[in-house]
Amino acid sequence: MLYINCPHCGMRSQNEFSYGGDASVKRPELGKEVSDQEWNNFVYNRKSLRGKHWELWQHLFGCRQWIKVERDTATHEIFSTLKANEEIS
Amino acid sequence: MQKYSVFSLVKNALSNHENWDLAWKDPTPKKEYDVVIIGGGGHGLATAYYLAKEHNINNVAIIEKGWIGGGNVGRNTTIIRSNYMHDDNALFSEFGMDLWRRMSQDLNYNVMFSPRGIINLAHSDAQMNIYARRGNSMRLNGIDAVLLNREEVKEIIPMADFSENVRFPIFGGLMQPSAGTARHDAVAWGYARQADDMGVDIIQNCEVIGFDVSAGKINGVRTSRGDIKAKKIGLCVAGSTNILAEKLNMTLPIETHLLQACVSEPVKPVLDKVVTFGAGHFYISQSDKGEMVMGGDLDGYNSYAQRGNLPTLQHVLTEGIAMMPFLSKLKMLRTWGGIMDMSMDGSPIIDKTHIEGLYLNCGWCYGGFKATPASGWTFAHTIAQDRVHELNAGYSLNRFNTGHLLDEKGLGTKTWIS
Repeated sequence: MLYINCPHCGMRSQNEFSYGGDASVKRPELGKEVSDQEWNNFVYNRKSLRGKHWELWQHLFGCRQWIKVERDTATHEIFSTLKANEEIS
Repeated sequence: MQKYSVFSLVKNALSNHENWDLAWKDPTPKKEYDVVIIGGGGHGLATAYYLAKEHNINNVAIIEKGWIGGGNVGRNTTIIRSNYMHDDNALFSEFGMDLWRRMSQDLNYNVMFSPRGIINLAHSDAQMNIYARRGNSMRLNGIDAVLLNREEVKEIIPMADFSENVRFPIFGGLMQPSAGTARHDAVAWGYARQADDMGVDIIQNCEVIGFDVSAGKINGVRTSRGDIKAKKIGLCVAGSTNILAEKLNMTLPIETHLLQACVSEPVKPVLDKVVTFGAGHFYISQSDKGEMVMGGDLDGYNSYAQRGNLPTLQHVLTEGIAMMPFLSKLKMLRTWGGIMDMSMDGSPIIDKTHIEGLYLNCGWCYGGFKATPASGWTFAHTIAQDRVHELNAGYSLNRFNTGHLLDEKGLGTKTWIS
């Protein structure tokens, strides 16, 4: 069982959250000419790191906010959490 | 190689089974091979076997970080089927069904292939319509499919919940009578033994550290047991694909996720089919030992842990009990997890890459075990001929660029949703 520290609500069990995938993926800028390769990288290609991984979660059965979580994909240790609009440093 | 038969069994029984040959050797890696296969799982072993058998390429090494058969080929729920709607998936899997039927004879190893049939349950009229469509597509591709109504399903699996006031009543189901199960370890060992006999070096406890790539060509692989040269290298590493891809500066449409399975304590024979729950993700069969073998959802987030979480297990078993209430009386014997190479459209990749001599076999999602022979056969063809076979033409890496996705379940790119 994971315990995730929601930046809005505090420590909650994983049962309250749903997963949203890799948080480092950035949508190509609006209004800019976008190549097929850039779209592929955004839509399909993932690093799927073993180790520290920034990812999106939604506190679905809580405040319903999207948050960013830094978690180890091998040990499941959670290092830090951020609000969705806070940049990963 | 010693042939396994009832006579060799009797003969060796007389000497207390102390004189059996080793099934495969433990060689020191040579400096150079024609082909190196990375990953000694089912797919890697099958690839090496078919390279030697179908293409007379015997100077082959399989390098495996752990031990052969220790990954997903030893961790799955042993289901074999070809009940796919899309042509590419259906024809590929049905080709595999043919190889499964002959496997025990071909390998001189009893893989205990048991074509007991699989039933996908439907819980609404809409789902019955979808199954009718899928069944028709299967039959057009020469695969057996039978649409069952509620009464027919009840005849076959009376232990399922057919009472009136259930959340997901059983409307019927789609059956593939020729689907079934096999003994998963035997598949790995059978392929290993035959491949070894034809000259393939199976090198265990040998980790890949890096690759030797120059001018867009692969020249070899650096391992914990020294450098090995090869003009052709095949990647068959399932959940570890992304780790090796990173060493090659490749980013792939793959995420690694964890899938759990479990078995109950053994009980008397009660279920002679593989059955899947249609309103969620749960499947069940009964092993020859009597254990109920069960699996379901991914854990739901990227994971390399090879062990699962309890909330997912609880969720999966709740579905199981909804489908077959008697399961609530059983005690769990074992649970385990394996890491899946989840592709972004749910279908695999067997293809060449932009690096000359580097071949890719990954993206098996939930369905790697049943694909073992067809995957090995087509991957061996792709490596030996340096071009894809028509059976794996649809499994190209480039389909994500061109939009020719094989989204069998229509889930899109969210691999953790099931």
